[in-house]
Amino acid sequence: MANVNNKNQPSGRIAIVGELTIYTAMELKDKLLTGLSAAEELELDLSEVGEIDAAGLQLLVMIKREAAALGKDLHFTGHSQVVLELLDLSGLAGFFGDPLLIVRKPIDEGKSI
Amino acid sequence: MIPDEYLQTFVVECRELLEQMEEALLIVEQAADDAEIINAIFRAAHTIKGSAGMFGIDPIVVFTHAAESVLDQVRSGDIAMCSVLAALFIEVHDHLNVLINHIAEGTQPTGETDVHGKSLVERLEAYLHPAVANQMEMPVVHQAKLEREESEAVGTDHWHISLRFGLDVFRNGMDPFSFVRCLSSLGNIVHLVTIIDAIPAADRMDPESCYLGFEISFSSDADKLAIESIFNFVRSDCLIRILPPRSKISGYQHLIQELPEEEMRLGEILVKCGTLTQKELEHVLRLQLEHVDNPQRPIGEVLVEQHLVRPPVVEAALEKQQQVKDHKKNEANLIRVDADKLDELITLVGELIIAGAGTNLIARRAKMADLIESTATLSRLVEEVRDSALALRMVPIGGTFSRFQRVVRNVSKELGKDIDLVISGADTELDKTVVEKIGDPLTHLVRNSIDHGIEAAELRIARGKPAKGTLKLNAYHDAGSIVIEVSDDGGGLNKEKILSKAIERGLVSEGANLSDKEIYSLIFEAGFSTADTVSNLSGRGVGMDVVRRNIQGLRGTIDLDSIEGQGSTVRIRLPLTLAIIDGFMVGVGNATFVIPLDMVVECIELRAWADDEGDGQYLNLRGEVLPYQRLRDHFDIEGDRVQRENVVVVRYGEHKAGLVVDKLMGEFQTVIKPLCKLFKGEKSIGGFTILGTGEVALIVDVLGLMQQVAGREVAVLG
Repeated sequence: MANVNNKNQPSGRIAIVGELTIYTAMELKDKLLTGLSAAEELELDLSEVGEIDAAGLQLLVMIKREAAALGKDLHFTGHSQVVLELLDLSGLAGFFGDPLLIVRKPIDEGKSI
Repeated sequence: MIPDEYLQTFVVECRELLEQMEEALLIVEQAADDAEIINAIFRAAHTIKGSAGMFGIDPIVVFTHAAESVLDQVRSGDIAMCSVLAALFIEVHDHLNVLINHIAEGTQPTGETDVHGKSLVERLEAYLHPAVANQMEMPVVHQAKLEREESEAVGTDHWHISLRFGLDVFRNGMDPFSFVRCLSSLGNIVHLVTIIDAIPAADRMDPESCYLGFEISFSSDADKLAIESIFNFVRSDCLIRILPPRSKISGYQHLIQELPEEEMRLGEILVKCGTLTQKELEHVLRLQLEHVDNPQRPIGEVLVEQHLVRPPVVEAALEKQQQVKDHKKNEANLIRVDADKLDELITLVGELIIAGAGTNLIARRAKMADLIESTATLSRLVEEVRDSALALRMVPIGGTFSRFQRVVRNVSKELGKDIDLVISGADTELDKTVVEKIGDPLTHLVRNSIDHGIEAAELRIARGKPAKGTLKLNAYHDAGSIVIEVSDDGGGLNKEKILSKAIERGLVSEGANLSDKEIYSLIFEAGFSTADTVSNLSGRGVGMDVVRRNIQGLRGTIDLDSIEGQGSTVRIRLPLTLAIIDGFMVGVGNATFVIPLDMVVECIELRAWADDEGDGQYLNLRGEVLPYQRLRDHFDIEGDRVQRENVVVVRYGEHKAGLVVDKLMGEFQTVIKPLCKLFKGEKSIGGFTILGTGEVALIVDVLGLMQQVAGREVAVLG
């Protein structure tokens, strides 16, 4: 706060490990919101997410919106394969707007992001 | 628990909607297919279901859902509206009314009501699934139209599936995406949009509830049943719409209207409907940006120009947006106000008027021209404020009248008579309290007319009248009061019968010489009925006297005209409002009186018109006999007669009379203040008001005064 020049000053990083599903949603919601309120800029490491479902995706949407509402920066990084697949399937990659490293299998005709 | 005030609003709204629904149903029953009206019925049912859902009043939701589903099919033309179906919906309407009443009273519906509701739902469902009427589950999947019509179809070769998942999907152990993956086994998901609009903000979001929805464009050779069966597990708590490939455009229009999301940008709606892809939309957006010279260009226009969508689809999307906007606008135009607040406002305006009049008087006494002018402006404005304050309480009587469509329909069906109800003057406005209280007496009069007035069809034909009877309701303003007429073209009243009955009951002594009017007014006496048979509607001899008492309670009068064999007319005369009147101020001796201005016809000098010295009881007013009365005599005011006495000619009802006064003091706006109980017996004074000078002026009740005078004359003559 004192040093205005350093843009990244109070930044945080949370790694989600294991499940990002309905079973962990309740606990993760609190964790994410606490993390967001503590930092000006938050990075969510999704590289260790072993399982994600619609409830997890919903949670990501919620935290992304919350960050936007508070005017904070939120990035998802290191999307694991399961996360990438779900983002692809849901067509929400555009909504999150994070750079994705997608190694696609040959895709079906007409399929778009 | 729901706060009471919200529930109150819900009940009020539902009642209004039910009224609209009833009105529409009665029209439909007669005139059958009018898309607008069917739409109105659908909207009413839909809104009731929606708000009931918001409050979690499940019985209403479930019941209305069945009705709505059938209406939906009527709307799309799959089921034809006929009088049988309309009659069924009238029953549905009544049942809803019962349910709403239970909500209002905070009671639970009785077992009987439940059974009735269930049977209605079954009858409704019979329309929905003629083949599978025994399906117990609520029909959530709507049968989309499968037949290929020749009308325009959208270009896409793909199925379109809309899904909105219920809140409990996760808790029931299901993952929406598993259905999507399952769907992939049947074909190729061309495009999928996840609908995240419903996810609430962080603090209100329950991470274990599902807020998601999907719009899927799907290419597959599978048949509809196969696609549908994928969603079997979630069918009960999920909104599912499936449109086959090349559905006709109306199917998409329908879908757009059904989607729960509001104010979506047009492009997004179309993308979500799978009519065009995200890429195409981006393309269009880019195009629109290039048209910087015309930045307002609607996106729909661009889409059509690019041949990306067909015009009707755009229109449907636009229509949805317009509806959303119109709805908002309507909501903003109406404010519900507590009636007490209105009363308070009117009381205040009343005080303002008195204060204004006081200022005016002082200004005149001081003879300051500037001040007089400014008070004149002030009083004009105050007058306008008064008018609009009173107008707040004024409602057209049409709402009350149209309720009788139903009464007439029911009663005439019950009696097997064919009767037309003709309504005129529905725009006539009167005070809300009066409107509320006039309903019951009117119902009685209408039933009476149908039951006793209008004859059975055979008798009518025998009398040379059309077989179909006519009942008229009319309202109009007349001399500061509102007149409501109930007339029928039935048999009229039988004078001899009334008279003999009256003699039999001891109401009149035998041999009394009564005028027609007097005879007719006998039917308003307590315990009087001439009906030969007692039906369950009327004829028990209670009623007409109650009607008269109700009307008198509103400071109104009631009388009856009848021509035997041709019909009768009941005329109710009511004051427009109960609070403020325009008065005409007159002076007698030191006292000041106010005569309601609406009743004043003209002012003349007594001596110029009276043949004698003005001591008689009648004067000759341009060939008319005008009875007159000295207020000085009537109120026993001391002092000598002044040189030039004036006559205020007043009209009340159909009569005219003259009131002789000393001074004419001009128009005066005034607030009626009620007299205390002590003066209850004094009929000639309607109330009092406080003048600007602080003096008290009595308000003359012309009708009461004249009745008193007439009574005294009779006493003198007798």
